[in-house]
Amino acid sequence: MKCRVCREPAIIDVRRQNANYCTEHFLRMCRDQVTKAIERHDMLSPGDAVLVAVSGGKDSLALWDLLLDLGYRADGLYIGLGIGEYSDASGACARAFAEARDATLVEVDLRTRYGFDIPNGAKAARRAPCSACGLAKRHVFDEAARLGGYDVVVTGHNLDDEAAVLFGNVLRWQTEYLGRQQPVLPARDGFPKKAKPLIRLGEREMAAYCVVRGIDYIVEECPMAAGNRHLGYKEALNQLEATSPGTKFAFYHEFLDKAAERFVGEADDAREALVACDSCGAPTPSGTCAFCRLTARAQVEIRA
Amino acid sequence: MQVVLRNPRREVEIQGPISVVALLGRLGINRESVLVIKGDTIVPGDAMLDDDDCVELRPVISGGAA
Ligand code: SF4
Ligand SMILES: [Zn+2]
Ligand SMILES: [Zn+2]
Repeated sequence: MKCRVCREPAIIDVRRQNANYCTEHFLRMCRDQVTKAIERHDMLSPGDAVLVAVSGGKDSLALWDLLLDLGYRADGLYIGLGIGEYSDASGACARAFAEARDATLVEVDLRTRYGFDIPNGAKAARRAPCSACGLAKRHVFDEAARLGGYDVVVTGHNLDDEAAVLFGNVLRWQTEYLGRQQPVLPARDGFPKKAKPLIRLGEREMAAYCVVRGIDYIVEECPMAAGNRHLGYKEALNQLEATSPGTKFAFYHEFLDKAAERFVGEADDAREALVACDSCGAPTPSGTCAFCRLTARAQVEIRA
Repeated sequence: MQVVLRNPRREVEIQGPISVVALLGRLGINRESVLVIKGDTIVPGDAMLDDDDCVELRPVISGGAA
């Protein structure tokens, strides 16, 4: 196997591109794909203050590394979710990366700041852990961006993540969700701009990127992820990809090019006018925001 | 040859020499879903693995919802 660019021995095959790469040209390809995503979808401008949502996993650490290399001013935000050993190990990876790259990592610990963690908070509020977790993460990122003066929050969602979400939305024709499945959401009503610069790179490439760059990330899965519906969608898509390389990329990117536009109206219709949460000031349809309600319920139950 | 699998971590012995593609086929693993790592580098599909090699098959699919 030889590198497509220099004909030296390759370390990785990227079958959907029908190409193999050596270390140097693989890293260059990753940077080029991120640059392309950023430019095509107007994700970032050169002087932007960027906040990277860092989980300690391969995608978010690779994204942070790529943005720093591309010259962006990018800080990381890590949320302590309190999910046992998984959280301890992922936090350690995030801290080690920040230290090695001399980058700024902001940390918010749910237990210290809000009095609950994901396992006990979800139970107290009678929500599925991933639903409580998603709500908490969105809230903390939005707030950190607002208070910290960041222009945009970026997340490590990669091609596989987005294709799996699209697959799920299409299977049930969830038109409102399809209308919102955009790689970049402009700032509005007190919410920061959000972008996903890894949409042109697959999950396997992000893991390879970390190995090649010597980035230590958490390989273990969050214990709450077991049985997650998206895992099944990813496996199904990878079955198709195995016999027909490029399927995932075409599925998602042709959706963006040819179909996404048609559903935007559905999402707008469902969008309510927002007011400031009476407890934290975050934008919410009315009264107290969902996160403050979760916090209040969790605190009452946990104290009892 | 020692093959380390993750999530959960376990080890299996496979007779070498064998190519990476053949190894994955033998274990019934989809190439898209793992990286084959030897030492601190990745090995491509057509590489041959010797009987005294030690490789890690690292899954690359993560499943968080948010
Ligand atoms: S798997 Fe669920 S609980 Fe675990 S980090 Fe992801 S969203 Fe949170
Ligand atoms: Zn090369
Ligand atoms: Zn609130």
